[in-house]
Amino acid sequence: MNKNWWKILATVLVLYSIIAGFLFHVPAKPILNESIRNIHFHVPMWFAMIVILTVSFIYSIRYLNSANENDDLMAVESANVGIIFGILGLVTGAVWAKYTWGEAWSNDPKQNSAAIALLVYLAYLVLRNALDEEQKRGRISAVYNIFAFPIMVVLLFILPRMTDSLHPGNGGNPGFNTRDMAPELRPVFYPAVLGWILVSVWITTIRYRMRKVENRQNFIH
Amino acid sequence: MDLLNQVKFLIRKEITLEWRSKYALNGILLYLISTVFVCYLAFREITSPPTWNALFWIIMLFASVNAITKSFIQESKGRQLYYYTITSAQAIILSKIIYNILLMLLLSAIALGFYTMVFKNLLGDPLFYFFAVLLGSISFASVFTMISGIASKANNAGGLMAILSFPVIIPLLIVLIKLSKNAMDGLDRSVSYDEIGVLIAINIIVITTSLLLFPYLWKD
Repeated sequence: MNKNWWKILATVLVLYSIIAGFLFHVPAKPILNESIRNIHFHVPMWFAMIVILTVSFIYSIRYLNSANENDDLMAVESANVGIIFGILGLVTGAVWAKYTWGEAWSNDPKQNSAAIALLVYLAYLVLRNALDEEQKRGRISAVYNIFAFPIMVVLLFILPRMTDSLHPGNGGNPGFNTRDMAPELRPVFYPAVLGWILVSVWITTIRYRMRKVENRQNFIH
Repeated sequence: MDLLNQVKFLIRKEITLEWRSKYALNGILLYLISTVFVCYLAFREITSPPTWNALFWIIMLFASVNAITKSFIQESKGRQLYYYTITSAQAIILSKIIYNILLMLLLSAIALGFYTMVFKNLLGDPLFYFFAVLLGSISFASVFTMISGIASKANNAGGLMAILSFPVIIPLLIVLIKLSKNAMDGLDRSVSYDEIGVLIAINIIVITTSLLLFPYLWKD
């Protein structure tokens, strides 16, 4: 119980954000209308992806220092979960954009950047498949992961700000700060972000433990 | 020997080896020239500036991937072991990056010259465009050197090189295309300071991470 309180918190927060996100009162805006509720689902995916990919980055650094196989497992599983959340973020964004911006893919710089960031992590998985020996695979893919991470940060946070974008905070659009968000949205949005981040960490730890058990089974036979 | 001397010595060795065989240089030059020529035969003439600019950078992208992929693969296992005993890892990666920058500067100057000769020259500010191309070749060299080091450790290095390097180079390419488009339209140079700043910052990040990470990549 002491160790699992955050899992209960994650479940409660996500359930609350789903129920409240669909039922609570939202400000009526032209074009957006009820689709404004998507902010409770689309944006938390990106927060979760950034957090979990940062975890992957940190574990890759740890692997280079420790050469402990578990750190490598954690790095690859958090990259896997990050990719899933990235895909979910793209899909929720594209569905929403279809109805508000008119097209699912409207060549928005942030959309493009997010897709490229996913390509980087898919390349990381391909690189892992190309290497057979475990220690070498861990070390070389950790090097690539660490090398690619700063470039992904530039891609997601700096480049979209240099051009016009439909996303908030870019190209003269209002930024993502407390003043611009309608007060009715905040009580649902912040718990949703926290809840999804916790869920992504939870999934990662489950995947990590599964991989460890698999490894142990392979080791005995 | 201190780091600087080692680097100087290794660069001289790279150039001597290249000059002796002239295989990589001539191969890449021929690749570049024939690609430009194929594009010329396919397009005949390009009147729209964005297409002119995009095509040039695509040619540069593929030529530089091909030029730099070799930098680690051509070294035999025995020779790498020999370097391992006499120099530091930082000296190796630094010398490779500097050598590749020199190679890319030469290649990009030739490419730009031939490209503007074959296709009608649409440049508004040729000197600044040339500067953008030089900055681009430095960026390509610094990113691709490290990636080729990573790819050379795997079995199918050539195929892996493209997969690993393209997503990483795209952000740089976006900035480069914007910068060179500004130069092409002959905009005031102060408009492009942001892009130049970002490019220099990315290059510094890439070179420092390469220096930090290469020792881990190297020991086998």
